[in-house]
Amino acid sequence: MAKGIRDKVAILGMGCAKFGERWDKDEDQLMLEAYEEAMADAGIEASRIDAAWLGAAFDAQNIGPSGIPLAVALRLPDIGVTKVENYCASGTESFRGAVYAVASGACDIALAMGAEKLKDTGYGGLPVRTRGTTHDMIGITGSAPGNFAQLASAYRGVHGVDKDDLKRAMAHVSVKSHANGAKNPKAHLQKAVTMEQVLNAPMIAEPLGLFDCCGVSDGAACAIVTTPKIARALGKTDIVTVKALQLATSNGWEMQASGWNGSYFHTTRVAATKAYDEAGITDPREQLSLIEVHDCFSVTELVTMEDLHISKEGRGWRDVLDGFFDADGALPCQIDGGLKCFGHPIGASGLRMIYENYLQILGRAGERQRQNNPVFALSHNLGGMPNQNVSSIAIIGREDA
Amino acid sequence: MSDFGILAFGAYVPITRLQRSAIHATNGWFAGGLGGLAKGEKAVANWDEDSVTMAVEAARDALDGVDRASVERVVIASTTLPFADRQNAGIVKEALNLPDAVGAMDVTGSQRAATSALLVALEGRTTTLVCAAEIATPRPASEREMTAGDAAAALLIGGGTPIAKLVASQSVTVDFVDHFREAGAAHDYDWEARWVRDEGFARIMTPAIAALLAKAGIEGDAIDHFIVPVAVKGVPEMLAKKAGVSDAAVADGLTATLGHAGAAHALVMLAAALEGAKPGARILLASFGQGCDLLLFEVTDAIGSVKSRLGVSGWLARRIESANYAKYLFHRGLLHLDRGMRAEHDSKTALTALWRNRKAVLGLVGGRCTKTGTVQFPKSEVSVNANDYAVGTQEDYPLAEVSAKVLTWTADALTYSSDPPSYYGNIDFDGGGRMMTEFTDFTGGALDVGADLRMMFRIKAYDENRRFRRYFWKAAPAF
Repeated sequence: MAKGIRDKVAILGMGCAKFGERWDKDEDQLMLEAYEEAMADAGIEASRIDAAWLGAAFDAQNIGPSGIPLAVALRLPDIGVTKVENYCASGTESFRGAVYAVASGACDIALAMGAEKLKDTGYGGLPVRTRGTTHDMIGITGSAPGNFAQLASAYRGVHGVDKDDLKRAMAHVSVKSHANGAKNPKAHLQKAVTMEQVLNAPMIAEPLGLFDCCGVSDGAACAIVTTPKIARALGKTDIVTVKALQLATSNGWEMQASGWNGSYFHTTRVAATKAYDEAGITDPREQLSLIEVHDCFSVTELVTMEDLHISKEGRGWRDVLDGFFDADGALPCQIDGGLKCFGHPIGASGLRMIYENYLQILGRAGERQRQNNPVFALSHNLGGMPNQNVSSIAIIGREDA
Repeated sequence: MSDFGILAFGAYVPITRLQRSAIHATNGWFAGGLGGLAKGEKAVANWDEDSVTMAVEAARDALDGVDRASVERVVIASTTLPFADRQNAGIVKEALNLPDAVGAMDVTGSQRAATSALLVALEGRTTTLVCAAEIATPRPASEREMTAGDAAAALLIGGGTPIAKLVASQSVTVDFVDHFREAGAAHDYDWEARWVRDEGFARIMTPAIAALLAKAGIEGDAIDHFIVPVAVKGVPEMLAKKAGVSDAAVADGLTATLGHAGAAHALVMLAAALEGAKPGARILLASFGQGCDLLLFEVTDAIGSVKSRLGVSGWLARRIESANYAKYLFHRGLLHLDRGMRAEHDSKTALTALWRNRKAVLGLVGGRCTKTGTVQFPKSEVSVNANDYAVGTQEDYPLAEVSAKVLTWTADALTYSSDPPSYYGNIDFDGGGRMMTEFTDFTGGALDVGADLRMMFRIKAYDENRRFRRYFWKAAPAF
């Protein structure tokens, strides 16, 4: 019997709306766009869906709370729809709900939707919001770039990396993602940029400049999952299964105790170790074919390469500069442009990553398709801030891998 | 029976020193007559300071090395108290983490509020912490704008071994309205200075000083420190001459370096005098406002044994020069800049939650596990110690006076701040405990991983819809 979730659940269909400043669309229209593509891919009637999960982080911006907006937008047939929110990891969280439902045997087919409409705020960046009554009296809300920028100050201190070297490695991350996004018709930002542009951009939160920050977008992504057996019965031949699905949530240790040094994600390290174990991967640097990580900021992607146990601690910035993670490198990261350029509609991002990995494994990624179709593809979806966060990892792959 | 008097003294001066020449460079076209005052600098409070936060710093300065449990009453005197109905002294008490069983009192309404409060404390029997603070908002291009400065002072009054004792006092109360400010108004309205000088300072204070000296049985030349907190040039010297006090005894009004701190100025000048006072010295403190309070002190042999942590001179030395008059105006609400949509965030405070968490919020009291010794902020039911699931084992652990170091930091230009960029990051307290907090009083360059920090009580957010200010602790560069 397989350990954990490995190979118990297959992806039957996926869809993803065009990400970007969708001024003419409401969130329900974006969800429908992703749903229609996923349903066409799955080749089933809506009546076959037993339950659905909606991941959305800033529901106050457009659709409002609960699972109702999804049920209404898709006119789902009176099934149970659950809304989940886990910061920026909400997309993978909705996927987890649907996958677990199928794995438990309670559902034959389940749907996961991630959606966000961020461009109704009136200003750039994420909406300013409370983090709770007590937190607001003693904590810092800050901005997302301000929270993640702190990684750089600690990383430099812990590993003795020169400020300019780290800034250059961070810039390389963004230049690479922009080059990748230029080949993706669904991406929010489809324009390549140069090192000079990135290095000379206005400062947002020291040391993160404008191009070190991902796009804030409108968008939606959808997955329909079932068992491999049902997928085959529905006529699917190339079966993509879930190999691992892990989530680690901070319990306050990083922020309140004294063991964490501020330069990495404790949760990602925990989730990665468990995910590789669940997927049967012993050497991620060699065995993974493709990775999509939560590159909300260039420095996040950089340290995540170490937290995923792909780069050695303190050496991630060198792998980045060596082109290890470029589209033509040994292990491409963000081959679709990532959050940086595909865009970051919060609740949709985790599913967007899985969507890209799914397309690549099936050889359906168009101009940006890897020459050899990936076998194992990892996605990493992170919510919160370095000192307190939710880190999720989904590894999918060919059923026979 | 032990002696009663001043047991300890302290002061606070905000770090920013606005150059008067910068004010005149902007306003000179309109108020050319103020050119003569356009020299030196004035202390201006940061956007996150008010009379309460400044009083807390002055009290910390005074209470350095003092057992805080000895304080029986907290008094704050100011004409610029943030709350008209919420005991301001109560906020000071919470920030100082004093026991609940203390008295408290706000004293206001006059430029001699602080000396009146001091006199009552000196004539009483309880150990009283008398704080005075002022943050002025003079009308731009006014003479007051040139002369005013922000500062605070604190004195601990009680029995034991005082450093100075009250020898005699004299008060006069007459409704002489040299200037006024309606309750809730921002600006003062001043009458002609020559009239105030001749009919006010000279005619009201001179006979009162003579009466005080007679009461004490001494002549004016026996006064070693003649403290007259009046911003009008020449007035202290004039009063000294009339009283027979030597020119050398006239105390520096701190005009060039600080400005006139309103009702707090008398105590600020007294704290400055105590810093350098010799045993046996006589100090005459004369404050003016709808009459006057006159207090005659004699410094005791204990003067050398008590020092404030920094005192007026120490705080004056902690200084950032600024020529940014526009920033000062914006921070006083006198210049309405476009703050953008991010500033629209609602900072409503749940008063129920504030009450439950008052020790953490106002006193920066964290927790220490009695089982493992783990220190944390805030206190919680289950200890944060990863190796020990301990429930309900934490005792109060005050962190406000514990030094800290920068673990991570950023300068955030995106999030709304009244003083962008917003500096914040994770900090580690010496001996354990960690939090993410804002950095204040930084100019930038000094901030790096490992930098030493000192916690300071500040305004965290201002709820404009309900006119409520939320206080918390921030980290400043160590000094």
